[in-house]
Amino acid sequence: MSDAAQGIGLWGVPLAMLGGMIRASTPYLFVSLGETLTEKSGRVNLGLEGTLLMGAVSAYGAAYYTGSPWLGVAAAAGCGLAFGALHALLCARPRVNHIAVGIALMLFGTGLSFYLGKPLIQPQAPQLPALPLGDFSEQPAVRDALRVNPLFILGVVLAPLLAWVLKSTRVGLVLRLVGENVDAARALGYPENRIRLYATMLGGLLSGIGGSFLSLVYPGVWSEGLSSGQGLIAVALVIFARWQPMSCFYASLLYGAAGSMGGALQSAGVSVSHHLLAGAPAALTLLIMLFTCSPDRAAQGQPRELSVGS
Amino acid sequence: MTRAPLLAPLLSPLCLLGVQLGAAAVALFLFAIFLAFVGASPLGVFGDMWSGAFGSSFSLQNSLSRAAPLMLTALCTALPARAGLVIIGNEAALLLGGLGAAMVAMLLPPTAAGVPALCAMLSAGLVAGALWIALSGALRQHRGINETISSLLLFYVGLSLFRHLVEGPLRDPASLNKPSTPPIPDAHMLGTLAGTDVHYGIVFGLVACALSYVLMERTGFGFAARVVGGNLKTARLIGLPVSALCLGVCALGGAAAGLAGAIEVTAVHGSANATLYAGLGFSGILVAFVARQHPLAIVPVAVLLGGIQASGGLLQRRHGLPDAAVEVFKGLLFIVILASETYVGVALAWAERKSAAWRAQAAAAAQPLPAAAEPAPTLGVGGAE
Repeated sequence: MSDAAQGIGLWGVPLAMLGGMIRASTPYLFVSLGETLTEKSGRVNLGLEGTLLMGAVSAYGAAYYTGSPWLGVAAAAGCGLAFGALHALLCARPRVNHIAVGIALMLFGTGLSFYLGKPLIQPQAPQLPALPLGDFSEQPAVRDALRVNPLFILGVVLAPLLAWVLKSTRVGLVLRLVGENVDAARALGYPENRIRLYATMLGGLLSGIGGSFLSLVYPGVWSEGLSSGQGLIAVALVIFARWQPMSCFYASLLYGAAGSMGGALQSAGVSVSHHLLAGAPAALTLLIMLFTCSPDRAAQGQPRELSVGS
Repeated sequence: MTRAPLLAPLLSPLCLLGVQLGAAAVALFLFAIFLAFVGASPLGVFGDMWSGAFGSSFSLQNSLSRAAPLMLTALCTALPARAGLVIIGNEAALLLGGLGAAMVAMLLPPTAAGVPALCAMLSAGLVAGALWIALSGALRQHRGINETISSLLLFYVGLSLFRHLVEGPLRDPASLNKPSTPPIPDAHMLGTLAGTDVHYGIVFGLVACALSYVLMERTGFGFAARVVGGNLKTARLIGLPVSALCLGVCALGGAAAGLAGAIEVTAVHGSANATLYAGLGFSGILVAFVARQHPLAIVPVAVLLGGIQASGGLLQRRHGLPDAAVEVFKGLLFIVILASETYVGVALAWAERKSAAWRAQAAAAAQPLPAAAEPAPTLGVGGAE
């Protein structure tokens, strides 16, 4: 990328940023969409970091042993589904704390993925093919930036779809009802635990797919530093996005841009600490909350049954 | 018959312990299945886990050294929890505490005397952690921002700050492969207990847990904080300084985690670098939950967890199991124990019935009844139900 950036001067910065943004934002997009669904139903799953890593390692393993990257994505989805189900089933029991179970699942998923991934550090698994949307251009930098991976396209379709489902369908209404007022949901005869089970399973499934992106597209290998906390950061991203799927999409792009901006600027000769850029979105989220929250009013859009501090 | 009422106050804790030990047995069983599945001998692994954790003097010392930071980071969740706050930013308080100690170390002249220098470094860690977690408490009290969310967000901010400073402005130019702050001179390092390899961190951990117990259970401050955690409306009604109490418990918890970071830097790593970010804060959250936020219960849980982590090396050497095997067991153990919380209610209700029966029995024995030829057997049967 740095060669390309030099070829067309400073224009390489926004182009490299665009490509880097798309690459870096896809895992955030999937995990945050999944976590939005889970939190809309009134629960927090902090274990998505573990789910992301399990998705990454199962996708890599399945793709390597079967030779098909799409089977890898399916394996990651199944793995995420199972982890989501585990979280939801445990938290459905009385007195079990969903925050603590989430952190325990994060440790478990991380440990298990590292264990299963030991034999996968060396071999190279087949990668998901990218869609060459930039072939109209002669510029290699443009082609490079617009070689979009199919999972990103899937995420782009999913975000408005989920927004529509949550806003305008019966399923979405019931999901939001359970998250907003569980007594009303019970009175109407909706089993809140089963609905939360489905929401958490779907959230896990999406996070698993997000993990498969890490190991099958970018960076496209299995290593233990693969996720570097992206699953946890995505939980903060959901707060930033005010529990709205479309905002999750924009926020993911922003987080991805912040993550990839350091490298792109560096290739143009401007050096900014990429660590500070990585922390900037969280600080921004806090600042926004600082100015919009008050002791009498919780964050706007927060599901009322989301008893994070119980 | 006379012994029973003496045992009665211990019955509830014993029931809790029974449920948790049962959960640990279930976790061991699940891990045995996992081991059998990957082709290791479960009993052999369990035996070596024991010897790697507590079996020899060397391994015991290793376990205790690893338990020390866990005790302190667990307090970062446990103390605010008594006032009804769920803080999960322990990792950031630990990192910034370590960074604070390293920054003070950079300012100190190398010729400074050991003990004052050490006091300055540890105090810096203490203050850094306290301020960071108190920020979450302040955001909750003054802006209504949920403290779990804010402490999670502050974790990222703290982590990026830590990484930026360690790899940027504070980096020692001599640290090439592993960006670190300048090394702390040996004279300023936290030493080990006489005749052992256990550093003084364990003393800090034990004292902090004991002090926290006294503070929360035996002082007016602790009682007031527990009222805030138990019933916020009551606390406001009787005029307790709710904001100050919340800030106070957050600052104390953060101070403990910050101290853990400063101890890790001054006793183990010798400078602040990326190895400090090793999940000790997140493990501390789980230690606090398994100890049910009780400061004294944190000690055995932390020692147990330290032991499990210490046994990783032996499992690697003897069974060829990667270090992640220990992480798998740790995760399983936490998941099952946290899930077993659902049976604690049942166990406590049983303990309540049992001790009520004992009290009735004791009362009956104390009164000389005319027809009390042999009242004990019948009541004994009733109590055993």
